[in-house]
Amino acid sequence: MAPIVSVSNLSKTYASGFEALKGVSLEIEEGEILALLGPNGAGKTTLISIICGIVNPSGGEVTVNGHDVVRDFRQTRAMIGLVPQELTTDAFETVWNTVSFSRGLHGKKPDPAHIEKVLKDLSLWNKKDNMLRELSGGMKRRVLIAKALSHEPRVLFLDEPTAGVDVSLRKSMWEVVERLRAAGVTIILTTHYIEEAEEIADRIAVINGGEILLVEDKNALMAKLGRKQLRVDLAQPLERIPDSLSSYNLTLEDNGQSLIYDYDTSAERTGITALLAALAETGIRLRDLSTQQSSLEDIFVEIVEAGR
Amino acid sequence: MNIEAIKSIYFFEMARTRRTLLQSVVSPVISTSLYFIVFGAAIGERIQEIDGVSYGAFITPGLMMLTLLTQCIGNGSFGIYFPKFTGTIYEVLSSPISMLEIVLGYVGAAATKGLMIGTIILITASLFVDLSIAHPFAMIFFFVLTAVTFSLFGFIIGIWAKDFEQLNLIPMLVVPPLVFLGGSFYSVDMLPPFWRAVSHFNPVLYLISGFRWSFFEISDVNPLASAVIILAFLAICMAVLTWIFRTGYRLRN
Repeated sequence: MAPIVSVSNLSKTYASGFEALKGVSLEIEEGEILALLGPNGAGKTTLISIICGIVNPSGGEVTVNGHDVVRDFRQTRAMIGLVPQELTTDAFETVWNTVSFSRGLHGKKPDPAHIEKVLKDLSLWNKKDNMLRELSGGMKRRVLIAKALSHEPRVLFLDEPTAGVDVSLRKSMWEVVERLRAAGVTIILTTHYIEEAEEIADRIAVINGGEILLVEDKNALMAKLGRKQLRVDLAQPLERIPDSLSSYNLTLEDNGQSLIYDYDTSAERTGITALLAALAETGIRLRDLSTQQSSLEDIFVEIVEAGR
Repeated sequence: MNIEAIKSIYFFEMARTRRTLLQSVVSPVISTSLYFIVFGAAIGERIQEIDGVSYGAFITPGLMMLTLLTQCIGNGSFGIYFPKFTGTIYEVLSSPISMLEIVLGYVGAAATKGLMIGTIILITASLFVDLSIAHPFAMIFFFVLTAVTFSLFGFIIGIWAKDFEQLNLIPMLVVPPLVFLGGSFYSVDMLPPFWRAVSHFNPVLYLISGFRWSFFEISDVNPLASAVIILAFLAICMAVLTWIFRTGYRLRN
């Protein structure tokens, strides 16, 4: 299947001379949720802005559903919804008017039933006649999402959608995202909350310094890069690691109460069986065992550090 | 053509006019009335008719132009500057809408508002003085063309401006002197020859003169020259805008 968004060799140098993107290539499949991760200033927002038509590219090409974003901007922009990072709203407009305005801008005829559904889905219906300046930050964020959904986009960009949003609201936002995915909408999101990407994304792209460092299926990435840690709590504390266990590269923690063993889940042999046997042979009695998987956050930090 | 988008921008802008009705409509009416009281009644009593037209009537076209220019530049610039300032411009830029359509929406609304206020001033003026319009079509021609041209000019200022000071620079510092020295309140024939010659370099003189001619058939310059000047200024504004859209100047950079 052809990708719905295809970015090839995209570059952007701002007038100040800052090179925000250095030959980025990326393909986004229809219906997937792609999380775009990267530290501040990595180029995430510039990439999104070019795809959406807000910033002119310096070089390279972007197509959405086969249409070039510069040449065929009418087709591409009609398909795209954008929720920007900044909470930018017309303070003196009502929720209803501003959401209807967005639909009109995208060339769609007024459809009060659709606007009503969007507002209800985002728990904004009882605020529809309020001016935007009367709303809390979390509600304004939802208004921006409602604006982006007002014209029924096929591709939705969420730029840091949960920044400054409380936990319960964040959960309800992800429910909306799930519903959109179920309806076949392609979603690209940037986030600083890596656990969110871990929870909802299908694929992860990591960008830093204007370059894509990696694009992977989330599970494959976790499996490939995920290191696991076995923690062995001991019945009697050890002063030092016995020589008979020196080949296992163990570390002693908690004043000798615990042994930590790092292993690779994708390795042919994890060495766990042998380690446990060696522990029994050495006469070390165990109190408890636990394992811990490295999170996407650890992986992310590792990739970005390695890229430096 | 994305008609829905043009309509959306146009009505969105007009809604702002409704919200700020007092400031948008009532204040120009009050300031015009003040001009009539001060210039028309107090000073006008002591000034004889100019070319057979009473002084109060004589200044009406100039007053309309003064307000039209200020309003159109103000609305045209604010309409596009404000979304740039708050950041909501992202939405217009990411919509399937061409720059021409953006201009039609914003400039259309700014010009409409200018024309509405100009008309209100005309009605207010008719309460103070006897007015007749000798060439209604020419009057509408100058009225509409000036509104559109200066709304476009304002739109350019709004794109160019980086802060509120720059936004107000031209409407506050450049336009009033040009209008006041462009024969709003006098005929340039009343000036000494040197200043009369200098006045002919002021483009606003041509606007006011042409507009006044459409009312009273009296003018400082040939009405055709007035028409040419306003059309030329319109062409310049359109050329500048075309360049802005081609390069993405201060919008997509």
